[in-house]
Formats: sequence, C-alpha cells, structure tokens
Amino acid sequence: MPAVSKGDGMRGLAVFISDIRNCKSKEAEIKRINKELANIRSKFKGDKALDGYSKKKYVCKLLFIFLLGHDIDFGHMEAVNLLSSNKYTEKQIGYLFISVLVNSNSELIRLINNAIKNDLSSRNPTFMCLALHCIANVGSREMAEAFAGEIPRILVAGDTMDSVKQSAALCLLRLYKTSPDLVLMGEWTSRVVHLLNDQHMGVVTAAISLITCLSQKNPDEFKTCVSLAVSRLSRIVSSASTDLQDYTYYFVPAPWLSCKLLRLLQCYPPPEDGAVKGRLVECLETILNKAQEPPKSKKVQHSNAKNAILFEAISLIIHYDSEPNLLVRACNQLGQFLQHRETNLRYLALESMCTLASSEFSHEAVKTHIETVINALKTERDVSVRQRAADLLYAMCDRSNAKQIVAEMLSYLETADYSIREEMVLKVAILAEKYAVDYSWYVDTILNLIRIAGDYVSEEVWYRVIQIVINRDDVQGYAAKTVFEALQAPACHENMVKVGGYILGEFGNLIAGDPRSSPLVQFNLLHSKFHLCSVPTRALLLSAYIKFINLFPETKSTIQEVLRSDSQIRNSDVELQQRAVEYLKLSSIASTDVLATVLEEMPPFPERESSILAKLKKKKGPGAVSVNELEEGKREGGELNGGGERGGDSSAIAASNASTPSPSADLLGLRAGPPVTAAAPSAGSLLVDVFSEAGINDDGFLRDLEPTTESSDSLLAEGPGDSDSAPPSVVSEDPTPLPESDELLNKFVCKNNGVLFENQLLQIGIKSEYRQNLGRIYLFYGNKTSVQFVTFTTTVTCPGELQSQLNVQSKPVEPLIEGGAQVQQVINIECLTDFSDAPLLNIKFRYGGALQNLTLKLPVTINKFFQPTEMASHDFFQRWKQLSQPQQEAQKIFKASHAMDTEVLKAKLLGLGMALLENVDPNPENFVCAGVIQSKAQQVGSLLRLEPNAQAQSGEQMYRLTVRSSKDTVSKRLCELLAEQF
Amino acid sequence: MIGGLFIYNHKGEVLISRVYRDDIGRNAVDAFRVNVIHARQQVRSPVTNIARTSFFHIKRSNIWLAAVTKQNVNAAMVFEFLYKMCDVMSAYFGKISEENIKNNFVLIYELLDEILDFGYPQNSETGALKTFITQQGIKGQPQTKEEQSQITSQVTGQIGWRREGIKYRRNELFLDVLESVNLLMSPQGQVLSAHVSGRVVMKSYLSGMPECKFGMNDKIVIDKQGKGGTTDDPGKSGKQSIAIDDCTFHQCVRLSKFDSERSISFIPPDGEYELMRYRTTKDIILPFRVIPLVREVGRTKLEVKVVIKSNFKPSLLAQKIEVRIPTPLNTSGVQVICMKGKAKYKASENAIVWKIKRMAGMKESQISAEIELLPTNDKKKWARPPISMNFEVPFAPSGLKVRYLKVFESKLNYSDHDVIKWVRYIGRSGIYETRC
Repeated sequence: MPAVSKGDGMRGLAVFISDIRNCKSKEAEIKRINKELANIRSKFKGDKALDGYSKKKYVCKLLFIFLLGHDIDFGHMEAVNLLSSNKYTEKQIGYLFISVLVNSNSELIRLINNAIKNDLSSRNPTFMCLALHCIANVGSREMAEAFAGEIPRILVAGDTMDSVKQSAALCLLRLYKTSPDLVLMGEWTSRVVHLLNDQHMGVVTAAISLITCLSQKNPDEFKTCVSLAVSRLSRIVSSASTDLQDYTYYFVPAPWLSCKLLRLLQCYPPPEDGAVKGRLVECLETILNKAQEPPKSKKVQHSNAKNAILFEAISLIIHYDSEPNLLVRACNQLGQFLQHRETNLRYLALESMCTLASSEFSHEAVKTHIETVINALKTERDVSVRQRAADLLYAMCDRSNAKQIVAEMLSYLETADYSIREEMVLKVAILAEKYAVDYSWYVDTILNLIRIAGDYVSEEVWYRVIQIVINRDDVQGYAAKTVFEALQAPACHENMVKVGGYILGEFGNLIAGDPRSSPLVQFNLLHSKFHLCSVPTRALLLSAYIKFINLFPETKSTIQEVLRSDSQIRNSDVELQQRAVEYLKLSSIASTDVLATVLEEMPPFPERESSILAKLKKKKGPGAVSVNELEEGKREGGELNGGGERGGDSSAIAASNASTPSPSADLLGLRAGPPVTAAAPSAGSLLVDVFSEAGINDDGFLRDLEPTTESSDSLLAEGPGDSDSAPPSVVSEDPTPLPESDELLNKFVCKNNGVLFENQLLQIGIKSEYRQNLGRIYLFYGNKTSVQFVTFTTTVTCPGELQSQLNVQSKPVEPLIEGGAQVQQVINIECLTDFSDAPLLNIKFRYGGALQNLTLKLPVTINKFFQPTEMASHDFFQRWKQLSQPQQEAQKIFKASHAMDTEVLKAKLLGLGMALLENVDPNPENFVCAGVIQSKAQQVGSLLRLEPNAQAQSGEQMYRLTVRSSKDTVSKRLCELLAEQF
Repeated sequence: MIGGLFIYNHKGEVLISRVYRDDIGRNAVDAFRVNVIHARQQVRSPVTNIARTSFFHIKRSNIWLAAVTKQNVNAAMVFEFLYKMCDVMSAYFGKISEENIKNNFVLIYELLDEILDFGYPQNSETGALKTFITQQGIKGQPQTKEEQSQITSQVTGQIGWRREGIKYRRNELFLDVLESVNLLMSPQGQVLSAHVSGRVVMKSYLSGMPECKFGMNDKIVIDKQGKGGTTDDPGKSGKQSIAIDDCTFHQCVRLSKFDSERSISFIPPDGEYELMRYRTTKDIILPFRVIPLVREVGRTKLEVKVVIKSNFKPSLLAQKIEVRIPTPLNTSGVQVICMKGKAKYKASENAIVWKIKRMAGMKESQISAEIELLPTNDKKKWARPPISMNFEVPFAPSGLKVRYLKVFESKLNYSDHDVIKWVRYIGRSGIYETRC
C-alpha cells in the first residue's frame, strides 16, 4: 500500500493530527475535535461541490476522529462517493473508511456493493485488489451473500493478474470462514486445485491456505490436490536456495509454502499411488537430511525457517504413522533437539516426541531418551518445557520403566511448579494403577502421592485407591498397616485421613492383632485428626466409627461416648448431627446381628476399568495425553469410574444434602403408609432391605450406611420422645401415584373418553382430543357426597425427564365443589418429543376437615399423537424393510387376556390412532397399521403388525406383536402399551 | 482516616505521593490512574471504590488530588480536608498548576507532614502555618528562642489561628458576602429547583486580640427580638429576614454561643479567611429570567429565539453576562442576530455564546439564531440540553443583609468606632439553567 507521498500529502490532516497530539488535556482534545467536526459539517453541507482531494482529506479526518473513540454519524455518503473516484489514493481512503465504519444501513450498503461490483469488473488490477481487500476486511454475511458467487470466478479466470488471484484466494477464504454455507462448491473447485501448479509462488501460497481450509470440510472434492502438492513440494525441496529468488528466505526456499503444503498433506491419508508416495517419502527424507547439514547462515531466521519445515514434516510423518524408518529418524532428530540451546526447540521437540511415543514403530526409539527427559524435568528452567517433559515421560511409560518413571515423577513432584502439580498427580496415579504388578507398590505410591501433594490429589484418585484395595484381598492388610503408619505423622493431609478412615473402618480388624495397633489405638489415632478436618471428612470418620463398633465391640462404649458428646450430637452441621444421632441410636438399639448385617464389609466393586484408562486404550498403547484430554478424562472419571461414585463420600453426601428434608418427609411417608416400593427414592427401597434383613445391598459404603440412618429414624419414630428429632411439619410432597393408576392408564390407551377414577367421594371423568402434537384434556371432578369439598386444588407435574418431553399447562380449578356438583378443568398438552412416562395429576381437597390427597397418572401416552397414514401393501413392506435395524424393532408374544373378537380388535387398533391397513398382509388374520407420531421436535413413523394365533400349542390364544419405528424408544414404549390391550 | 494522598497531573503521572498508613500500597497509585484518570468515560463520582480501597478526588484545573483510604471515613471530612489543602497551597504559591507543584514539592511535603498526621487532619490555618513553615528557608538568622516558644504556644494553645502582639496603625476590616445562585427552570418559566450557596469572607487588619460579633438578618434572631418587643412591626422584620437552611463556621467562631444565643462571636484570624458558609432555598431573588423559543423547521433547520429579562432594581448594574445556547451535534452553520452585546457560534463547545458587558435592572434583551443542520444517518433525536447563563450582580440574591459587625478590644485603646469597615455584596451565577 503506497503511503501518502509528500506531493500528495494532506497538510490539513497533518496539522489536525499534530494539534490533537499537542492537546494538554482531554477537554482541550474534545474541543479541538468539536471544532473540526463543525468545520467538516459545514464543508459537506456547503453548496459548493467538493473536489476529490478535499473530500478525501475530510473523510480521513473523520476516520481519525472515529479511531480516537468518538462517534461519527455522517460522512458515509462522501466516503461512498470516493469509491467511484479514479484516483488510487481517493479510492483507497474510501475503502478504508467503509471497511472501518461499515454499518448495515440498507441504502448505503447497496451503493457500496455497487461500487465494489464495478471495481471487481474493471480491468484495473489495483482497483480489483482494493475491492477484494474491502470485502475480506468487512467479511460480513451481507458481503458474502453479495460476492460469494463472483470471487471464485475471478480466482479461476485465466486472464486474472497474479496479485488479484492472491487477493481473491484470501478473500474467499475469509468469506468461507465467516459463512461457509454461502460459499457454494462448484466446478471452480477442481480448477482451484490446479492453482497449486501456478507459476507464481505467491498465488500458490494464497491458494493453499484456501484449499487447506476447504479440504477440511470436503476432503473428497479436493483429493486430487495430494499429488499436486507432493510434486510442488518435491520441486521446492530439491531446488537450490537460489532458484526461487524472491521466495527464498535466509537460504531456505519458500519456507511458508513448504509448511503449508505439509500441513495440507496432513489432512489426507498417505497417498495410495506408489509413485506419489515414493516421491513424498523422498521429500521427507531430504528434509530430514537437510536438518543434518551445517547451517548456511548463523542468523536465527535461517534456523527458524528450517526447523519450521522440519517440524511440519515430522508431524506429517507422525500423521502417516506408517514409515518405521522415517519415524525412527524423526525421533533421532528430535533427540538432538532435546539438548539444544534454544528453549523453543526443546519445547517443540518434547511436544512432538509425545506424539511419536504413541506410535508403535517409534516407541522404543523414544524410550532411549528417557535419561535426557528426566534430566529436562529436573533442570529445565522454563515451566512450560518441564510440563512437556512430564507429558513425554507419561507417554513413554510402559511396564518396563514404570517404576523408574513413577519414582522420578514423585520425587519431582515435591519441587514441581504449582501450576502443573495437579496434572502430575493425576498422571502418577494413572501410571501407578496401570502398570502396577505389585499392588502394595501401588498403595505405597498413592499414599506417597497424597503425602507429597495432598492438596492436588483429586477425589477420583483416592476413590480409586479404595476401590482397588477393597477389590484385592491380598493388599487389604498391607494397606491397613501402611495407612495406619502414615496417619501417625503429626500433620497429615485431609485426603490421607479420608483414605485412612475408610480403610481402617473396613479392614482395621486385619491389624488389630498387633498391640501397637489395637482397636482403641486405631480409634484414638483417627479421632485425633477429627477436629482438623472438614465436614465431609468428619462425616466419613463418623461412619468409620460406627463400623468400628461393629468390628470391635470393645470400643463401643468409647465411641458412643464420642458420639454422645455435645460437639457431635448438637453439631451445627445438620449432616454431622444427623449421623451422630442416628449412629448412636443404631449402636444402642440394634442387636449385634442387625449391626453386623448393616455394617458388613463392603462387597467388592464390579471390576470396571477406570475411564481414563479406557480412553488411553483406544489410543493404541500408552498414548500421549494432552492436558485437555486428561481433564476430560478426569471429568469422565468422576462419572464412570466405579470408585468415583461408589466409594465417593462426597457424592453420597451431596446426594443426602440435596435432600436434607427427606428423612422427615420419608418418615411421614412411612406413617401415612403409601407403598414404599413404588416411586419412593432409593432410601425407601433400602429401608425394606433393612427391615426384611435381606442381606446387604451392593450399593457403596456410604449408601450402605445411609439407609441405616433412615432406619434409625424409623426406629426413633417407634420409640417415645421422638418429636424433637424429626418435627413432622413437612407434608410429604412426594407424588406417589396410586398403585392402580397404571391400570387406569392402560384403560385409556385406546380410548379418549371415560371415567378416569372413582371412589366413594369423588368421580373424575375425562374427555380428550388430540391434533398433531397438541392435545386438550377436559377433566370433570364430580363430588359424590352431599358435603362440599373445600380448598380443592389440582396440580399436574411431569416427573423427571418428562419435563423436557411434554409441555403441560393446566388452568386452575375452582377451589370449592358443592355436594353433588361437578367442576371442569382444561389441560393443554404439547408433545415436544417422544416420551414414555405419564404426567402425574395430584388432587388435594378437604372433605369434612380431613385432607384428601391422591395422585393419578394422566392417560397421556405416546400413541395419542399418532397421525394415521394410509398406504398400499407395496409401500408398507418397503418401509417395513427400511426399518430393519434390530433396535428399531420391538416384539412381544403374549397371551390374550380377552376373547379374540376381530371387530373388537379392529376398534381397539383404530382407537390407538394409527391407520388400520386392509388387504396388506398376505394373511387376512393379521392386522397391520401405520402412523406417524407428531411431536414438536420430530416425526416418528411407526408400523405395527399384530398376529393373533387362536390355536397355539398350549391351547391358549396368543398374540405376536411387532412394532417398528424410526426411533427405538418409541417402538419399545408402543409395544409395552399395546401388550396390555388385547 | 486518610491512608494516603496523591497528586497527579492530567496525564496521570504522580507529582506528589504521601502514604500515611501501611494498608495503602504502591499499587493504589496505579489503581487510581488506571481506573479513574485513564478511564475512557469520565468518572463522574468523586468517590471511587477500587478493590476495597476508597479514592476521594477533586480536580483543580488539570491537577487531580486524590485521598485514599481503606477505612470507613467521613467522606465530607475528607473533601473538606482536600479543599482546605488547596487553599493552603494556593496561599503559599498561588495557582495550583503542574508547574507550581513541581517547583514547590518540598514545601508541599512539608505542609502535608504538618496538616495531616497519621491520616488525621491537623491545624490547616494558613496564618498559623505560615509562622513556622516559611518559603525562604532558614537563612542567616535562626528564629530566637522566644519566637520559637511563641510559635509553640500558639500552635498548641487555645487560639491557634491568631498570634499575639499584632499591631496596625489603621484598624480596618473588609467583609464580602459572596453568593452563587443555582437554578433550573422549565421552558414555561416554572422554577424546578433553586438554591443559593453563600460565603461570608472577611479580611481583617486589627491590632491585638479583638473580640468580634457579627449580626445578620437571620430569621430566627429577628423573630426572637421581635418577641422581645423591640420591633413593633413583625411583618416588616419578617420580610427582611431570611431563613438559612444550614450554615458552617470558621473554627474561630464560638459554636456554644451560637447554639445557645445564635450570636456569632469570635476572635478573628489575621488576614483573609472565610467566616461562614450557608445555604438558602426560600424567597430567592432570581436576577435573570430566560425565555427560550426553539422551532424545528424541517430536518435541516432550527430557529432559536431567546429573551432575557433582568429582574432587580433599575439602579443596579449586572456584569459579565453570558448566555450559552447549546446547538445540536450535527450543526453545519449558524446565523445569529442580537440587539445587545456580542454573540458567536463556538463550534468547539457546540454552543452559541452571547456576551453582554453590562445590563441594568428591569431591562430586556433578545437574540435570534438560525441553525442549519446536516442530515445524519442515525435517528437519534437531539436531547435539547438546557440554556445556561453566567452573570454577576451587586447584591445578595438570598436577601442576606449584614446588620452589624462589632469589634471589642479591651486591652488596646481603640473602640468599635475607630475600626474602618467595608461591606460588599456579590451575587454570581452557579448553575443557572433554563430548559428549552
């Protein structure tokens, strides 16, 4: 871009800018600007037409003022006028103003686009370039809409100048990045690829950026570029440093182009054509060879350019991962860099080696550098390089060197930078687990880890230790011993206390024989840490104590004393208080048998791989795990890792915290006596377990204990003086539907109107209509008594995930129903996506002072949203075949519960909402139906086939029902629903 | 209490930095610069909280003075101190400018040491300070022991603001009543808010330790006297008395006496000082009335006509009258016609400024202007800022009158009658605006 030359200089502008620069204060600057703006306004307003020069000058000033941070709301028109000037400088300033201050004012945009179009179609290359630059600088959607079609034409036209081609390629790249949908592929794509053969290196460089970006989205369309790129690359690589003249940078021929070519090749698998591949391998070898040559210049630019190409080449080699020879050579080359003076090179070498380590061909070669890497970890000054070294160590670790590497990492951890400690800890934990042959070594390592860097040990790590200790009988005793010893340190980390509490609580008996670690000593040791710990840990310790009571009856009185102390039983933290109270009661009331059952040793966890490992396995051997992946793995670890959830104290506590009022609510629920089994939370079902002494359930340690807290509550409820522990003020909000409501639901699968519910007080009638994905239900509440119902309220709720599947709106109903009267309620339903549950209708009212509360399922089932589809036999079977994947089909064979009456069956199937197709099935006995379920999110087509068998072998009447639909959940649900109907 | 005090120039460079407490670190200096001085939007609140640290700032021309604290201080006290400090500095070296501050930085540090101790404000009376902080430096003759002990006894004594043994051949005193009147008026001439803030400034050249008593037409005092039966016509006295909303006094005034008898008695400092400050909101005489008329003719033209009327005795003359009529931001040309004075469109301030040198009471004058506008892209409507006005009139718009100022000096032989007294009233415009 030619600078404003002296002869063309805008004196006014220069003076103005120097005035502004000389302003002493902000106020003075604003004053000067206001004055200038007024001047420009009067000039623009003036009757005299301005010449191009002054227009340019004033637009320039406006631009300057705008860049100083002031609003400019005029002058756009003048700038647009400048676009049509024939002078380069004027046009340039016009474009500059437009690209800085463009706003989507419709009339102006039209003018601007017009001007750009004119310039694009002009034969003047400078003007074309200016226009292209403006399009790229603005890069808005509007620009893409207007010019996405034009630019490819310019790009591939034979007579376009080279410089314009460059600009066009980059401009198109920019538009493609902002709005890829508007840049349509066409016949130009193939011609773009041929730009790689262009004479002009600049065009090739620009084009290759575009091609790389495009080929990432549509690799197939640009496949041909591979061979072209290879030949271009080989021409560059084999050229002497003087051949390319302008494109030689410090004796390196076209380094940018080479890098881009190598990067483009990384988008594709190795070329299949032997000749091309041979040529490419030759190129790569040449590059590796050149790296060995003595440098042609001492300048840093020379080595930078050379190394850039080298690293790109190595990435390509790693990407192909098929040339053992090249991989090993690359590894050796990187090995040289590991001790290079340049920090950046060391960093890059370590980083590339990480990826090399994951290749089976070069893994061994990488391992030879272990000493250097360990040295780098210890002595490197730059923390980011140290981190890469740690990554590489992790990546090169295998069974043979695991002990060495883990030991090195552990010893480094003591001095490690805080920013990488957590990651290091995680890596040590993973390696220790993965390559543990001897589990006592594993336990030692992890305990050491907690000792050295306790703060950085995430929950998952200690969950995992516990999981492994519990699952391996052989290490339990050793673990208990080591933990006991570790706890004797005067200051131990809270995570250590957690592990210690858990393990001693489970396996303390294994070391109780030794008088130095007798039960009481163990307990006192644990309890000495109690006061220093946070609430979750204390809760865990309390659970350990109650386990102690079970393990060592002789400690019972001591522990009860502790539990009884004010600091526990009246603790301000509700969780601790509850545990203390419940454990105390449990220990004093329950018999030893009950205790032994409740507090039995944890069952082994089902052997599940830690998710981090699973992730690593996928990568073929020990892979390099980047920070991100690790973090991801960690997160997944929290979810999937068996130890994570089950040993997880915190998760259990979180769950119990989330439902803090639940114990009392459940308690009430128990009193009211609804069926515990139905929808009560897990605690309910566990209660049954405890009462029936049906052995332990295989839930986690704390889950195991958690129910006992509930049970002690219920024990309390039976005992006297319970009122203070659980004030029965919370009314159970738990909407447990009536047990018969499922039957009621089934009644309405095939019909829309009828009596939904009836007892001696109340009758509920229902009338419903459905259209598309919308439905409307009229509920009629009839008072069968002669006394009025007061505070009559109904609520409709969608439990669980149904909330996101159905949209239910109910109008409020009158709170008073006179004796013998009837009120109506309208409920609107919108089906968002397919669902399987039914919404719950909760009805509350007072009848003669007594609160009545009942919950029903609203008969809204997925089939209500069917739209019948008529089709011919041919169509039906074609579609039937299309839905042939196993998960799309659901089948059920069941006994008939009603007589097989063809007419009744037909009526039922019609009531289902699908179209009953006659003369489709070859067997006239069979029924086939077709329909589409309409939901807001999608439409699910479903086909059904019902085959009655009146004389089955056993003499009973059987049906075979097959449902196929495009969504598996729908097929299943339909099948379930229908099986009950016939 | 104040933790530190910083003075910056307009660029945000620190000129003076004095930290009194440990809880204020070096970073506080930068925090203020970055968040207040360099803030793109001008910070309008004088109190800024940055990272639990409070910054109180005032601006004198291009100079920023900022007091910093981490404690919950009395903000009014801090500002009072800052203003006092400005007074002290200008008494020492004149105008507060970057140049002057740089030239006197040793003096400023010395002053800061004296008037602020561990963040607690101390005696900031210029007269007293000047006795022991001098600009000449100690050259040749050091102060005698007696002089030194005299300074000590004065500074630590009961009357810290006046030294003993002052002698004048002519006992003289000047009393200025300076008021600024603030107004916001609707286009229809309805007063939306109006108040007068006034100061009584005294310059005294009196010998010895005189005891003074100051009287004015304070409504409470007059009413009390009226009850006492000295005045027969309560209506008359009520008309001439004014209701003072609140007032503050110089430290020399005996507040206990004011509280009990509402009489203002004091031993004056030597030289110039501000005796009291007050504020009134009732029965304000508005010296001028502005009648605006703005008509928008199409999208590109605006017609403005403004009439001003003076509203005081025809014998009095108002001076330095300036009317400022804001113009829209897209003004491209202005034509002005006025009968009296000079009017000019000042593009740099986006306003038409109309100046009249003198104007007698009960007169009227008008200006009309045609403003051409440039059509702009955005549809933002012009906000029509109010028309503001500046003037100076030779009376007190609040109606305050000085009734007496008596001087008693028992030890020296001059009496109240021998003192020459001068009284002057000046009413200035504060923010005097009329919406259009």
